[in-house]
Amino acid sequence: MTIRTPERIVGEGAQVGRSMPRVDAGEKLRGEARYVGDMSVPGMLHGKVLRSPFPHARIISIDVSAALALPGVVAVLTGEDTLDIDPYWGHAIKDRPIVAIGEVRFVGEPVAAVAAEDEATAEAALAEIVVEYEELPVVGTLDDALAADAPLVHDGPIRPGLFHGLGTLPDRDGNICYRYGFERGSVDEVFEQAEIVVEGEYTFPGVYQYAMETHSVIAQWEGGEVTLWATCQHPFLVRAEIAALFDLPLGRVRIIVPYLGGGFGSKSYTKMEPITVALARKAGRPVRIVNRVDESMVTTRRHGAKTWMRTAADRSGRLLAREARVWFDTGAYADNGPRVTATGADSAPGPYRWSGVRVEASCVHTHTAPSGSYRAFGASHVQWAGELQVDEVARRAGIDPVEIRRLNLLTPGEQVRPGGKPLDADLIGDIRKVADALGWDEPREPGIGRGISVGLLAAGAHPVSSAIVRLEADGEAIVLVGSTEMGQGQRTAFAQIAAEVLAMPAERIRCQGTDTRFTPYDRSTGASRSTTLAGLAVQRAAAEVRADLMEIAGKVWPDAGDAVELRDGAAWWKGERRSYPELIARRFGLSGGQLIGEGGVHPEGTGSYAEGPVFWEVCIGAAEVHVDRETGVVSVRRTATVADVGTAINPLLVERQDEGATMQGIGNALLEEMVYREGMLLNDSLLDYRIPTIEDLPPEQVCVIVENADGPGPFGAKGCGEGAFAGIIAAIATAVADAGVRVDELPLTPERVWRSSQGQPKEDAKG
Amino acid sequence: MTRIALQLNGVRRSLDVEPRELLLDVLRERIGLTGAKRSCDVQVCGTCTVLVDGQPVSSCTYLAVEADGREVTTIEGFREDPAFERIAGAFTRHAATQCGFCTPAMVLTVHALLRDGELTDEGSIRDGLAGNLCRCTGYRGILDAVAELASEGTGG
Repeated sequence: MTIRTPERIVGEGAQVGRSMPRVDAGEKLRGEARYVGDMSVPGMLHGKVLRSPFPHARIISIDVSAALALPGVVAVLTGEDTLDIDPYWGHAIKDRPIVAIGEVRFVGEPVAAVAAEDEATAEAALAEIVVEYEELPVVGTLDDALAADAPLVHDGPIRPGLFHGLGTLPDRDGNICYRYGFERGSVDEVFEQAEIVVEGEYTFPGVYQYAMETHSVIAQWEGGEVTLWATCQHPFLVRAEIAALFDLPLGRVRIIVPYLGGGFGSKSYTKMEPITVALARKAGRPVRIVNRVDESMVTTRRHGAKTWMRTAADRSGRLLAREARVWFDTGAYADNGPRVTATGADSAPGPYRWSGVRVEASCVHTHTAPSGSYRAFGASHVQWAGELQVDEVARRAGIDPVEIRRLNLLTPGEQVRPGGKPLDADLIGDIRKVADALGWDEPREPGIGRGISVGLLAAGAHPVSSAIVRLEADGEAIVLVGSTEMGQGQRTAFAQIAAEVLAMPAERIRCQGTDTRFTPYDRSTGASRSTTLAGLAVQRAAAEVRADLMEIAGKVWPDAGDAVELRDGAAWWKGERRSYPELIARRFGLSGGQLIGEGGVHPEGTGSYAEGPVFWEVCIGAAEVHVDRETGVVSVRRTATVADVGTAINPLLVERQDEGATMQGIGNALLEEMVYREGMLLNDSLLDYRIPTIEDLPPEQVCVIVENADGPGPFGAKGCGEGAFAGIIAAIATAVADAGVRVDELPLTPERVWRSSQGQPKEDAKG
Repeated sequence: MTRIALQLNGVRRSLDVEPRELLLDVLRERIGLTGAKRSCDVQVCGTCTVLVDGQPVSSCTYLAVEADGREVTTIEGFREDPAFERIAGAFTRHAATQCGFCTPAMVLTVHALLRDGELTDEGSIRDGLAGNLCRCTGYRGILDAVAELASEGTGG
């Protein structure tokens, strides 16, 4: 169920604030929505990738002759074929070859790729490629990587990528490729004198985003240009990376993004595009590569992390200081590791008023799959650790978990981290609402635990977006915006935003996928930024069209001045009506024409990470769990989340975002873990890697939508859909602790919970 | 190559398939019916679901030769069935689709279960749909939509 607060009445004709049906529902239900894997182009070949079976090895030789001899095989790509260009890519750090060159650094790293007339032939050809390897020492875990004599995953200098956005990148320090931290106040002194100190170490597993549609790309070279149909959350950034790699002007790389079958961060930045483009270049024909699940799982994943943290408080429960060190396992290549590291560090203090804070976060290489973005990254890794400590302080101080948060939470306008944007949300109000929604004060049965958690996530990424709105001669409108529809419903939200400004029904507005040749620039789809930033660009573009309509209306009614009203697709004055088609005809004559508006958003300062974020996304969750101490099974009985969205453009879609995030949070908290041993991934299939099914849906779920109109986006909106993820993970962890089971490692599998509840060691003594 | 004949979305078709070919590949790559999607490849996610003789089947692990002499219905066929609109209406009202990748399979599964009277209460919906994963919605919208459909009865 949903609670909207404060209560709102949506006026007649209002487009923003109504739960209109998704504009893409029909296409999707009918199976007409096209995804990259559903598409083909004339002459297209099918590509398959040969992947490394070793976590770390030298490539001594590759013999592709038998593969090439197979009928139907057109081309085989190896690292040698990429030596005419600078073949290294990576938006943060340029550390990743298109195909392995001389060395492999994780199981699953591309070693060669085959293009053939059909997929079965390409697959058969992979088995004919003979690669001779020499195995090298493996850095399998964070501890291995940080050991004094650890082998180095990379030993060359850092080469900054095009979009790291993190100032100057320092040199590597052993296997650490990036560090981020901050300090304020007198941390050590406070800890020395504090009455309560809580300290612990916490482990978060590597997990797989599992967008049901795997990474898929079609690449086609033609006339000195390359066109890609690709599963991109950030098509314009991928365009830039492909242009740089293959030495092409930006305008000669064209990226077309149809619907995405889920993203959640797994399709952010560049992934399978370089290898597909290189294979198509070698084959001289278009190529399509569609990953299988075991391949997407090692294309990118969520960082595993280890957190050491301590919290100081006085005996009344006033929080005094926090210190945290966090190590993120970014795998063999940096991917988005540096940004995840910085965001995690920003989330580590939690939204409390500290007299001293010290945070240091490191991004660490291992010989495992590269780690990148996944919904609410950073916050998901650390919030649960911090919130467990806040609860422990509350327990020792003898006060309620809601009360300790109310006492210590920041209020709007207070500093969250040194520099950067102050707090822009009413957290104290939010925490009370979520507690009420969960039934915090209701009596508890035995075996039941309740948890509540609050955190912040630096959201919005870099504030650059643009949009074009075109009002056609028949009164229908088209919105061009480079944000990717991957399930979140942004096409619906953009239609509603434009419709509100244009005073017409959103049902008469079309918004389609990105084609970088025609769609104006948008930085990316992620960090909860689409409604806020691309939405603001849409609002501004629509405002230009609206101004045009008013100008034409002024010519129709010269005496009307500002008294013309736009309503329901028409201009009105003194009971007279002129429809938009009539107004457009008035300007252009009967032959038609188009009113075109442009809108943009750009940073007010440099747009650097330090100046940000665009807004602080609120990460609030509450959960009630039952812990079976005999079996270790944790069942989630009730959850509550707060979608502090400023203004809900479409309340039903906001609720659905929170519910989706809640379920992924349940997965991360209770079920999901990529199990690595010595660099080998043991559970690379959905048979062994379990994600939540409908049977895991909690019996009761409440989403509280808070609309204080305090966001920087259109109509006071701000993004959502990620915060609940971090909030729910932490709420489940604190709820299990509340039920009396010590928690410091996720996911909370029955075995871990049982061992902890029985006082057993974490693992049997074996390798 | 083996020649098979099947009733596909109400139309009789015969075609030559390799014994190893999966129904999913034949539908998607050879016939161009892309409503059934490929994801897990191991009969866990359900996004490749089609109806064979009216029953939901994971076409990613179903050999095309097994479909010989049978009736196969994909979303492209079912969307022309009067029962489709009722399910689509409920899914739309409850925003039970997000990215849409699992949606056609979910619709086909719901149809078969509703038709057979297997969706009687929330428990039976949870049981019946446990083989269809959805990573986006968190299932709440799907549960609400299907509960509404189940409470209305089979509706023909």
